[in-house]
This record gives sequence, C-alpha cells and structure tokens, in this order.
Amino acid sequence: MPTKITMTVNGQSVTKEVDARTLLVQFLRDTLQLTGTHVGCDTSNCGACTILVDGNAVKSCTMLAVQADGSEVTTIEGLSQNGEMHPLQEGFREEHGLQCGFCTPGMIMSAVDLLERNPNPSEQEIREGLEGNFCRCTGYHNIVRSIQYAAKKINEPKKAVAS
Amino acid sequence: MTNYIGKAVKRVEDKRFLTGKGRYTDDIVLPGMLYAYIVRSPYAHAKINNLDTSRAEKMDGVVKIYTGKDIAESGINGIPTGWQVNFKNGDTMKEPPHPLLVADKARYMGDGVAVVIAESKEEARDAADEIDVDWEELPAVANAKKATEAGAPLVHDEAPDNICFDWELGNPKEEVDKAMGQAHHVTTLEFTNQRVIPNAMETRSAIGQYEEATGKYTLYTTSQNPHLTRLLLCAFVLGIPEHRVRVVAPDVGGGFGSKIFHYAEEALMIWCSERLKRPVKWTSDRSEAFMTDAHGRDHISKAEMGFDKEGNVLALRVKTHANLGAYLSTFAPCVPTWLHGTLMQGLYVTPKINVDVTGVFTNTVMVDAYRGAGRPEATYLLERLMDTAALEMDMDPAELRFKNFIPPFDGVEQPGYQTQVALQYDSGDYHAVLKRALEMVGYEKFRKEQAEARKEGKLLGIGFSTYIEACGIAPSAVVGALGARAGLYEVGQVRVQPTGKVSVFTGAHSHGQGHETTFAQVVADRLGIPLDDVEIIHGDSDSVAFGMGTYGSRSLAVGGSAIVKSLDKIIEKGAKIAAHKLEASEEDLEFAEGKWTVKGTDKSVGFGDVALTAYVPHDYPEGVEPGLDFSSFYDPANFTYPYGAHVAIVEVDKDTGQTKLKRFIAVDDVGNVINPMIVDGQIHGGLAQGIGQALFEGAMYDEDAQLINGSYMDYTMPRADDLPSFEIDRTVTPCPHNPLGVKGAGEAGCIGSTPAVVNAVMDALKPFGIKKDLEMPLTPERVWRHMQS
Repeated sequence: MPTKITMTVNGQSVTKEVDARTLLVQFLRDTLQLTGTHVGCDTSNCGACTILVDGNAVKSCTMLAVQADGSEVTTIEGLSQNGEMHPLQEGFREEHGLQCGFCTPGMIMSAVDLLERNPNPSEQEIREGLEGNFCRCTGYHNIVRSIQYAAKKINEPKKAVAS
Repeated sequence: MTNYIGKAVKRVEDKRFLTGKGRYTDDIVLPGMLYAYIVRSPYAHAKINNLDTSRAEKMDGVVKIYTGKDIAESGINGIPTGWQVNFKNGDTMKEPPHPLLVADKARYMGDGVAVVIAESKEEARDAADEIDVDWEELPAVANAKKATEAGAPLVHDEAPDNICFDWELGNPKEEVDKAMGQAHHVTTLEFTNQRVIPNAMETRSAIGQYEEATGKYTLYTTSQNPHLTRLLLCAFVLGIPEHRVRVVAPDVGGGFGSKIFHYAEEALMIWCSERLKRPVKWTSDRSEAFMTDAHGRDHISKAEMGFDKEGNVLALRVKTHANLGAYLSTFAPCVPTWLHGTLMQGLYVTPKINVDVTGVFTNTVMVDAYRGAGRPEATYLLERLMDTAALEMDMDPAELRFKNFIPPFDGVEQPGYQTQVALQYDSGDYHAVLKRALEMVGYEKFRKEQAEARKEGKLLGIGFSTYIEACGIAPSAVVGALGARAGLYEVGQVRVQPTGKVSVFTGAHSHGQGHETTFAQVVADRLGIPLDDVEIIHGDSDSVAFGMGTYGSRSLAVGGSAIVKSLDKIIEKGAKIAAHKLEASEEDLEFAEGKWTVKGTDKSVGFGDVALTAYVPHDYPEGVEPGLDFSSFYDPANFTYPYGAHVAIVEVDKDTGQTKLKRFIAVDDVGNVINPMIVDGQIHGGLAQGIGQALFEGAMYDEDAQLINGSYMDYTMPRADDLPSFEIDRTVTPCPHNPLGVKGAGEAGCIGSTPAVVNAVMDALKPFGIKKDLEMPLTPERVWRHMQS
C-alpha cells in the first residue's frame, strides 16, 4: 500500500507516495532520478549506496524510504556548494582517488562522515573508517591520500583563524 | 601549453563521477521501459521435467514470460566462443551449444531457464517466485581434475570425460624429461590456483531497445568492448543486420576482464525487446553476479623445475587441468593455453620447457579472463617454484633469480629474446627491476631484522616475484594462427573540427583506466594544442567506426598507436595546406608547438588556421581534398612485454595464523609512461587484486557444485585496512615496436603480487621446517593448521 512521505533531499523538500517496501536507495534512484547513488550489492556490505541522513552516513539500501520520512538527506549530487566542489571531491580528483567511479559517491559520503567525527585521522584511522566501503579499482592507496588531502584542506582555514 | 606526455595530468573524466553525474547502464531509463528478471537454476546439474508459468503470468504487471523452450523454438543460436584450441591430435575442441536460456537441463547453479518481463523490477521478481520448475537433480562436479576421472558426471554428452581439449607447447616432452633427469635438484609443487570472482563494483546490466519504425536495435550494456559484442550478437547469435544495431557501453563501473565477454543476457534483452516492441532492462543483483559473471583462474597444476648444482635452471615441466566451467565463454579456451603456456619462460633462460594443459568442463559458471588472464597463473607457478627451490637448495631467492635472468636487450641493437614457448620478448633489463626492488626493501637490513625477530619468536617473512607478461594483444595474423576467430587490431579516428578543436574516436573502452585523459595527452602533445581542445569519444558503435575494446593491457599500446597513425596523417595533410598558405614547399616546413614554420624563418601558420582552411577551401592547394579527418587501423607487430619485481614483507601471528602484510614493494617496467598518476593507480589496483587472491579471495563450491560463498558476507574482498600503502617505482625500457614505446600497465600489479605474498608467508613459516605447500587463500585457519602439522 502506498504511503506518503516527505523529506528534504539536497536542500529541497520532496513529497511522494511510495510502496512500503521501497528501499531508500530505490526511492532516490528510481523516483527522484538521483542516480549518483549506486547499488553494488544486496547484503549491505559494499557501501556504494552510502548517503547522509540527518548528517550521518547511512547505507541507503539498508533503510526503507518510509523510515526516512521527515529526514534531511544529502546525496553526492548535493555535496557541492555554490558550484564549488567539496574538499573531498577535490581531494579525490587531486590524488586520483577514483578510477571507474562506481564506488566513489558512497566512498566520499562515508568520508564526509568520517571527517566530521575525526577531523585529523591517521592513515590507520582512515583505513578503518572505510571498512564499510569496497573499491575494486584503486587498492585504496589513493583514496587514503584523497581523504588526507581533504582533511588538510578543511583544517587549514580553521588553523588560520586560530592563529 | 604542450608537453603533456609524462605529466600527471588530472583526469578530465573525474568531474562527472565526483558529482554523481556518471551515466552507467542501470542509470538509463527509456520511455516505456520494461524490466526483466531471470529465473535461474538453484542446482548445479538438473533436468527440467516441467516448467509451469501459469500462476506467474497472472501476476500484477507481468507482460510476458519466455522460457528456454521459447528460445529453442525461435531457432536462434547460442553464445559462441571467440577462440578455437585444437586437441593435440588435431581434432577440433568440443564446443557444445550455450543457449540463452536452457530448455532441458541446467549445467551450473545460475543457468537461466526463464525470463519474466514486467512493468517494474519488483513485479518481475514477485512473478518469478511463482514459476514452478520440476527439477530432477543430477550428480554434479566442480573440480576440473575430478571431472576427467572415470565415472564423473558428464556436463555435455558430446564431450567425453568432460574434456574440451588437450594441448601442449614448448620442447618435446622427451627432451624435457631427459633434461629433468640430469638435474641435480628438482623442485616439485602441486597446487590449485584457486577460482576467484572478478567483482567489478558495478554489476552487469543490459537494455535492449528495438524500434519498429526504423528497424533499429540498440543495446546498452556494461561492456569492455561494445563492437565485439555487436559482431557476436549480429553474426552469431541473433542473425540481425549489423548496420542496424547500435551497441553502447556508457560509463562502466570496472571490468577486470569479466565484462569482455558476450553474455546471454545481452542477446536476450534485444530478443525480448524485438518481440515486445518496448525497451527491456535487466540488471544483475550482486548474488546473481557471483553466480553468473565469468570467474577467473581455477587451475590444478603439477610443476617441476630442475636445477644443476650451481642453481642454473635446466628444465620446466608443467601439467595443468584448467576449469572452463559449464560452457565456453568468449575467450575461455585461449586463457589457459596461449595466455598461460606461452609465459612459462618467465624471465629465465630455462633451456627446456614443456607445458601440457587439459581444458575441462564442469558444473560451474564459465571461467574466462580475469585481470592478467593466464599470465598470473603462469607467474604464480614459476615464482613459487623459484622461492621453493631457493629454500630447498639453501640459496638466496634473489640470487637464484639473478643467476637465471635473461641478459638485458633493447630489441633495437640487440634482437628480441626468443623463448622456448613461442613468444619473442621485445625488450628488457630484468636485473634492473629486482636490483631496484632490493634497494627499496633494504634487503640486507631486513634479513638482519628477520633473524632478530625469529629469536624473539616473531614470524617475519619476505617473498619475491619477478614476472613478465604478454600484453598489447595482439598481432592479428599471429593470434589467427593460434585459433582466434577475430583480429585484434584497434581503430583510431581523429576528426579536426573547422575551429581547430579535435574529436578523437577510439575503439578502446575506458571503464576506469582514464583514456579520456591519457589519449587526450597524446593528441594534444602531437598537435601542439591545449588538452581542453581534445575530446575522446568511445563506447558507442554509432560514433566509433569499429574497435576491439579494452583488455590485455592493450588500450594505449594498440588503441593509442592507431590514434598516432591518424595524427601523422593529419599533420601530413595539414602540411600541404600550410605550404599553400605560406607559399612555401612542404619540405621546407617543420611542425612544432601547433604551427607549421618555414625552416629558418619566422613565417608560420597555426593549426587552427589550417583546420579552418581545410573546411573553407576557397584558397586551397590543387589536388587536395577538403576536410581534416582520418581514421586508421593499427595491427601491432608483436605483443608488448611489461615486467617487474615485486617483494612482500609479512608477519604471521603465531597464535592465530593471521597474516599481516606489512610492506609491499613493486618495481614495474611498463615501457614509456604517458600519465604517471594513472599508471601508478593501475599498479595499485592490480596489486590489491593479486594480494586479494593470495590472502582473502576464493570461490568455494561444495561437493554438489553449489557455490557456497556467493555474497559479500561470505566472499572476502580486500578492504582498506587489509592493505598497506604500496611502495612503487619503475624502470623504463621503451617498447621498440609501437610509436609511443608503451607496453601496458593494467594487469602488471595483479600478475606479480600473488606469488610474492605467498612466498613471504612461506618464508615467515621457515622456522617450522619445509612442509607441504599452502593453498590460497592463506586464511588464518590454513596457516595455523600448517604451523600445527
């Protein structure tokens, strides 16, 4: 039976009717055509569908759309602000943190959450923080560098203000 | 503004991927599109006594259900294979039919029996659950060696003993046996190079679209080679007119070989669309991908290497049973033969080599090329033999390699190196890569640390691997003689637009390799124009004239060379136009920095000017056609031969058997490098996959040939915290036979790394004495049991 849900997606309010069984990732991809969020598995292991729900990284294949009713959702499409790439997007480009690009949106959204919780992660903390995301192309080497780049970039202005 | 070659230019394709604007097959929604769900066999081997779709047909949203019987009755062909390997006695290999859906019998778990087409994915899946199949389960076999034994279940009636072919290469067996008999020491290993599952992060997907009004077919598919898919689809499977078929491989989320092949679902979607007059999409679940994507490796081998007293290799003898799965995939027969047997020379001067391969059908999903394809299996075998021999003969494994390396040769002054197994290596300095790797390791220091660690009861180990691969696949005449049913050249078209902007069309396909950047660097450099003025177009058979696609580390060596040929033609024709404009003779002009200059003067005309003149030929040289647009086919003269030295350092936990990969050092020689950032990235990714095979990955089939670890809950993919940061470097020995001097970098990491890791673990376990070999993946349990044995 369809259920009416309302949520804010990338800053815009959306109201739609969905089947109760619709996964949040299906809602984003099929209903809202936000195809930047990918599906890489059916067991909630790969992390390709990671998005932010109320600021926390969530695997959107693990959540029903109805559970996100009233939430604030950010997908990869909503990460750039005023046409400017987020430091993580920039970091992935500068450090060649992506190849085929399929895991990238989920990887970046996980990293957003990681840096929110730990603005200065060590390499080991980054690697542990990415445990929920598979990449088959990069061997993770440059993904680690990309996140280090972003952490540095995010922290720099703060340091400048503090000094 | 020029000199892009050799620079770490940031990728031009990144922006769309970073902002969620990539366009993968499953992202495409066409008006009126239907969704397909495929009903698959839950058994590895079973007869279909009855298949009842009546209940499913009445379900909401169901448009049509087709079964294997419908496919059989339509008279279309099955999926062909692209390579023929003959039996030793000259008989043709066994090539049983591979229908799009089976009607009578399933031969592996995942074999398709029916397709449900509905208005939505969910409705298709719901209806599939209501299809009743009366299965009669039959005995099944998953192991290639067991499949050839008397009384083994027969996968195909037409292939006795499940043997597809037997094949050998190298020196006559008697010569090798004789040399082996004279050896002072023979090292023997028997092992399985286990089956691995490619696991590109994007699962396969296909959309068939038939337009009745025009009679045109379009297939959107997750393919590494859309043109080859089109050829097989039209000429072999469906018999539809090639000129009315467009195959598009848009952004593709990784391939690693698994998306080279023409799969049944591609033809099936076109076939369904033609009947229903609406587009039909199928996208694989991950569980389905585990069951139905072609797997890699799966060799059972016995390998023997004979040495004289000083450690010089005298002979190599190899017997391999290669699992081909239930049907022959596109390149399946070639992988364990011409991509495996031909690499048995390795980097060593081994004078006598014989390799014998039996290709075997089993009740498992097809086995075909996976990153490296045959060459990792050959390298694993050689490099495990080398380290094991060093251990057995109490020699240093690095020294043993130096002693046996082929001396340096550049392929120009010194000729290429003729192996005992058909290939002629192009150029190489094999000592240099191992020497550099040892420097990076700090080898002497490490051995001291290791000795200290052992005193403290710590299990520290170092493992080596020095490899060579045959890439840049391949000279068409050569592969044709070896059984390929296609040529393996590449096509590159350069179209200079009237404004001087350049569109380049390549038959290679990028699914992560960054062709849109690397190829643009080559074009911008050669034409002396800004990178931003170049657009690389690939993956659409309506835009790109033809192509053989991307695999075997061939894109730049073969596809890049085709583009260079066209660039040469552009510059040659441009010179005629420039000479006319400058009122000079062509011979007096030189082309550099994007302009033609009369030698010794400051008189010049720019590339843009010439382009415009070519399209607005008012004042134009006589006898020259307007336009500036050339297409070229490049068929390589030889394979290319990247090589390298990989070193792994591990620590094994004595109590748990857990292996920690502490360092990984890779020195590779991939010839000239156009974009070092991208090449490094290719190496990193290859290393992770090779290390994955050594430590984590492996498809497991039980005695009923059921795949028992077909999900990410069960199949161990390497995660970020399983791997160290890699320490990599390279030497550069240009390829002497292609215009860019490039050799290919896509597979190197995956080929060299696996044996290095296993050798390191065996070295770490040295204090336990030399025991029987360890089977990959080296799980903590296996290593722990080994320590207890």
